[in-house]
Amino acid sequence: MRLKGKGFPDQQRSVPFTFDGERMTGHAGDTLASALLGNGVRLVGRSFKYHRPRGVYGAGSEEPNALVTIGHGAAADPNVRATVQELYEGLEARSQNRWPSLKTDVMAVNDLLSPFLGAGFYYKTFMWPRSFWEKLYEPFIRRAAGLGALSGDHNEDRYERAFAFCDLLVIGAGPAGLMAALTAARAGVDVILADEDSRMGGRLLSETTEVDGKTGHLWADDVLAELRGMDNVRLMTRTTVFGAYDQGTFGALERVGHHKPRKGDELPRECFWRIVAQRSILCAGALERPIAFPNNDRPGIMSASAVRSFANRYGVVGAPEVAVFANNDDAHRTARDLIAAGVKVSALIDSRDDVEVKVDAPVFTGARVVQTSGRLGLEGLTVEQGGRRHGIKAGVLAMSGGWNPSVHLTCHMNGRPVWDAGIQSFVPRDGAIPGMTVAGAARGRFSTAACLADGAEQGAAAATALGRKNVISPDVPHAEGAAYRHQPLWAVEGRGRKWIDFQNDVHVKDIKLAAQENFRSVEHMKRYTTQGMATDQGKNSNVVALAVLADATGRGIPETGTTTFRPPYSPVAIAALGAGAQGKGFAPQRFTTSHAASIARGAPMIEAGLWYRPSYFPATGEKTWREACDREVQMVRSTVGVCDVSTLGKIDIQGPDAAAFLDFVYTNTMSTLKVGKVRYGLMLREDGYVLDDGTCSRLGEMHFVITTTTAAAALVMRHLDFVAQALRPDLDVQIVSVTEQWAQFGVVGAKSREVLNTILDKPIDDDSMPYMGCADVGVAGVSGRLFRISFSGEHAYEVAVPARFGDSLYRLLVANAEMFGGGPYGMEALNVLRIEKGFITHAEIHGRTTAFDIGMDRMISPKKDCIGKTLARRDGLVDEGREQLVGLKPAGAVKQLTAGAHLFDAGAVATRENDQGYVTSVCYSPTVESYLGLAFLKNGRARHGQTVRLVDHLRGIEALCIVCDPVFFDPEGGRLRG
Amino acid sequence: MRITCPHCGERDRREFTYQGASEIMARPDADAGVSAFADYLHLRDNPAGDTRDMWYHDPCGAWIVVDRNTVTHAVTGSTLAREGRT
Repeated sequence: MRLKGKGFPDQQRSVPFTFDGERMTGHAGDTLASALLGNGVRLVGRSFKYHRPRGVYGAGSEEPNALVTIGHGAAADPNVRATVQELYEGLEARSQNRWPSLKTDVMAVNDLLSPFLGAGFYYKTFMWPRSFWEKLYEPFIRRAAGLGALSGDHNEDRYERAFAFCDLLVIGAGPAGLMAALTAARAGVDVILADEDSRMGGRLLSETTEVDGKTGHLWADDVLAELRGMDNVRLMTRTTVFGAYDQGTFGALERVGHHKPRKGDELPRECFWRIVAQRSILCAGALERPIAFPNNDRPGIMSASAVRSFANRYGVVGAPEVAVFANNDDAHRTARDLIAAGVKVSALIDSRDDVEVKVDAPVFTGARVVQTSGRLGLEGLTVEQGGRRHGIKAGVLAMSGGWNPSVHLTCHMNGRPVWDAGIQSFVPRDGAIPGMTVAGAARGRFSTAACLADGAEQGAAAATALGRKNVISPDVPHAEGAAYRHQPLWAVEGRGRKWIDFQNDVHVKDIKLAAQENFRSVEHMKRYTTQGMATDQGKNSNVVALAVLADATGRGIPETGTTTFRPPYSPVAIAALGAGAQGKGFAPQRFTTSHAASIARGAPMIEAGLWYRPSYFPATGEKTWREACDREVQMVRSTVGVCDVSTLGKIDIQGPDAAAFLDFVYTNTMSTLKVGKVRYGLMLREDGYVLDDGTCSRLGEMHFVITTTTAAAALVMRHLDFVAQALRPDLDVQIVSVTEQWAQFGVVGAKSREVLNTILDKPIDDDSMPYMGCADVGVAGVSGRLFRISFSGEHAYEVAVPARFGDSLYRLLVANAEMFGGGPYGMEALNVLRIEKGFITHAEIHGRTTAFDIGMDRMISPKKDCIGKTLARRDGLVDEGREQLVGLKPAGAVKQLTAGAHLFDAGAVATRENDQGYVTSVCYSPTVESYLGLAFLKNGRARHGQTVRLVDHLRGIEALCIVCDPVFFDPEGGRLRG
Repeated sequence: MRITCPHCGERDRREFTYQGASEIMARPDADAGVSAFADYLHLRDNPAGDTRDMWYHDPCGAWIVVDRNTVTHAVTGSTLAREGRT
């Protein structure tokens, strides 16, 4: 129900919404929780395990009970805390974990079976037979217990991620956080002030206490107005700092769009922030803890501070009659505020004996609540005082077992909190997070005055630590400074279950049972009972559970210890952490300059690393890729083809010691290479295995350009930088990747020179551009480079121009090639052409093969040292029994050969013990008119002519093959030289 | 995690590629033999505490020697590999 004259006056506009399909009306400033209470709804959900009726417990992100699903279909958000969800027009909320309805839930039978379902029940019961684990037990348990469900449909919602940087991050904008931010900001510090709430002010928004002679929230508004006006301050509302990480990095989640109706235009739902701060001040406040008494989980039983929040901030109360049960003075405020608002307080029950209660209501001191009643909502309670029992009527019971500082973030880097006997709770350990200090209630300074003073002090200290001179501590405003008076009360004796973890349905007896069965360590108790393992991570319940465990094991709480708080502080959607990485955002896309022209010709594009390359160029009437591929191969072998090879890595190497450097990174000698010549080169890793291969062109005495494979371009660049900087800083050499600066095209085939001569400023012939020559050339008026190299065995060139001319050069080359009966070809044909010639790619040099394996052992020059030389000589790496590169041709008719198939002796059984090697590359060669394969075969070079058995267990393919030399076509290389 | 590149300043660790212990900079002489090279490449301490390792700053291409602590995760220094082991 609504309280007249309560709640913020700027938030009174009425807002329609639905809950389980029922139309209701709330106010503009409401959360879903306050709107439901305003409509008299106390029952909002069913508990996880026993399906017990539950209602709103708290008023913040720690809420264990009031979890709902917002929206519908693929965009539905399950397990939203109603206390965090802001109300908007047309909001649709549904309750969870109930069937057929919230009021009549069939699975509530679990509650009747509860004597059998205590801690460890599943471990003890679902033991055998083993085959039932996954098929029967788990699905059954999962259906019975649970939270809200995802739709299973693809969610199109947008999430974002962002970085922010500051000198000082202040976490929490209550009285301590506001003072800390204000003090530091006035000293010129760059401040980010983040708060999980939609409105800053913390507890000041929920209390009637005054600060500086003004109502607390008005004072907060004044401070916020000053902060908002400063350029060095950034205020981040709806932003939960959920994790503290190394070197001042914090994870934060901003709820960007959840508080507005969806209109299709759409703000992102959430933004995942990484905030980097030199220093931080944790002003996260404190959370009120419950008291475990029989049936303390009925809808209407709430935390006392939450009842104040709902009354003062939102102007609602859950029922006309309210009782208060506490072990401290603080909760008396709840009774006073309610009475002032005109609500009937039917009893104030204080567990302490000698306490003065200034509240105009029936008071029971030295008393306990020992029973409650009301099936779907609280109706009354039984109070025991001095051996006598009293029945009290109440629809809401505000309970308080004291306060726990929110130490969570200080534990994220392995810091253990310290037990403070004075407040009977844990406080942060000093220096637990480098650069972080803690102020206010988060370190047990609970009064408003103490929070304000502590915030100012820590803010000034942080500004000084950041090097600001003459930091002025502002006058600390006047506020209530009452001492925190309380007496521990964890659990009340009595019949019935005394709930501790509302979200995971753990009660006092479960924890005692764990101790009895020797799960005495706090970490064991936690896992045996699931205490604190729900989505609220035990924010409300952990300290009570520890106290009960300490009591059951006869130890003190400090000896019992505490479990570890880990990030995130509150639940974070995976969609937010992975923001931007869905679909094409998963990896960057790199396009060549010929991309548009390839697409225009209908080429399907395939990924090569991050690059996209044309697979083949379909011609009219071709139905399969094989038809196109065969035609392209024949075209190259008979006339001329054009292919974009820009994706290969291109590295420019210059300097007086460039040649000496290349001798050190290549197995063969590059210093003897003449200017204007190209040489094939092989690089090893230091462990002796092949790193990469490519060409090395000498453009000048001190100027080389090398190519790498597409796959290893970045790896080789990093390797060369490493050798130059870490191993050979003595060499004067400069290295830079120019892969993206040059567009490079292969012009391949017997007619290649004729095509090139249509566009070169000065025509070439065999003398001016011999095989393995290179030169600077003019290409249609543009300065370019020409290399006479071949990856196909044909007379071929690669011509390079600055990337901005790539698109036009490609179109020109293809058009001119077509005049000679040629055209473009794609990756499929490129692959066939190189297999026919036995040229290797990373299918063969895959990181486990040596120069010896690929038949290039003699390329390791004996005259000089190079990376990998010593370890490549190890006996095991040059053993004749190793798998060596061979060619395979089918013996007789076969359906196909497959890469990945394994090889066996012709008559042997195809088992692992008999394995003789494996196939790395296969193709159908229209040139040889046969399937061809490249493979690694034990002692393979000595086995040419033998028959082996190819078996592909995965695809069920088998074939007999003849082992042969890996060069299938033109072994003499006559075509290369034209 | 944040690492300081001597060229570019403090950066998020996502800009860096990790390589391994800085012993990799002390390559044996060409004639040191197989076992010296095998030790150089493979034998590593596994310290709980101060360690020194190699990171590549991908955007600028600098190899960096980083001093850090495997227990506290503190990063205490970084120098260019080009300047040698300090």
